[in-house]
Amino acid sequence: MIEVIKGTLIIVGALFMLLASLGILRLPDLLTRMHATTKAAALGVILVMLAVAMHFAEVGVVARAFAIITFILMTAPVAAHVIGRAGYFVGSKLWSGTVKDELKPNYDPLTHELKSGLETEANAARQPKHTDKP
Amino acid sequence: MTGAIWNLLLALAWVILGGEFTGINLVVGLIFGYVTLVLIEPQVPALKGYPGRIPRILMFIGFFIKELILANLRVAFDILTPPWHMQPGVIAMPLKAETELEITMVANLISLTPGTLSLDVSDDKRVLYIHAMFLDNEEELRQSLQEMESRALALFR
Repeated sequence: MIEVIKGTLIIVGALFMLLASLGILRLPDLLTRMHATTKAAALGVILVMLAVAMHFAEVGVVARAFAIITFILMTAPVAAHVIGRAGYFVGSKLWSGTVKDELKPNYDPLTHELKSGLETEANAARQPKHTDKP
Repeated sequence: MTGAIWNLLLALAWVILGGEFTGINLVVGLIFGYVTLVLIEPQVPALKGYPGRIPRILMFIGFFIKELILANLRVAFDILTPPWHMQPGVIAMPLKAETELEITMVANLISLTPGTLSLDVSDDKRVLYIHAMFLDNEEELRQSLQEMESRALALFR
């Protein structure tokens, strides 16, 4: 029984990694590629690590497997965010099928200012937050 | 936080006094420590709110894994079939999170679910710009993002 679960976890994990690499080849622009690589690959690593933890079933190995899962979950989204953001602001073209872009009108490429678009009518009624700079 | 430390100390005491140093025994100690803390919570002001937090964290992990797998399958389907069903775009989401730690957590969670990638926060920290892959039903997407945000914020507050 446990053999079947381990095998399934490893195969499904490897399939997700294969999907991630297919996604890099097939998807049309940088941002959609970032979608495919980070999440599918992270899920693949998580599944394989769960299988490893089940196979060895020792405290040391299980602790390390869960540490790997935690660090993947902490670092993968940060890397995706930084690469995607840098690519967007450097000016990589979005795919022609992109439906809408609410960031572009709020961004000033000269001063690198990014407005929220809520300034005009909301600022009058806005409560000050403790995170505001004086 | 004090609750978590007490829970860990009780578990360690359980392991040491029992003399059986295994991972399973530590988990058993954690469970018994949690039950103890739930029982004495009304009389100790420092523990206030601790018992409710653990089930909320577990519920959130379950909810997140469900979202992760469903959204991954959707992206996988679109990669494998030749015509593109996706309608990508950048949307602006108003943030309920206020401190930098909260914004970081929310942005990370949004980046982790497939189909959404957080791009940037506006300078006044009130709007998060998100690149989404499936904008065919924008209202539904915004609602699920907001549900995820409020669930994540409930863990801290």
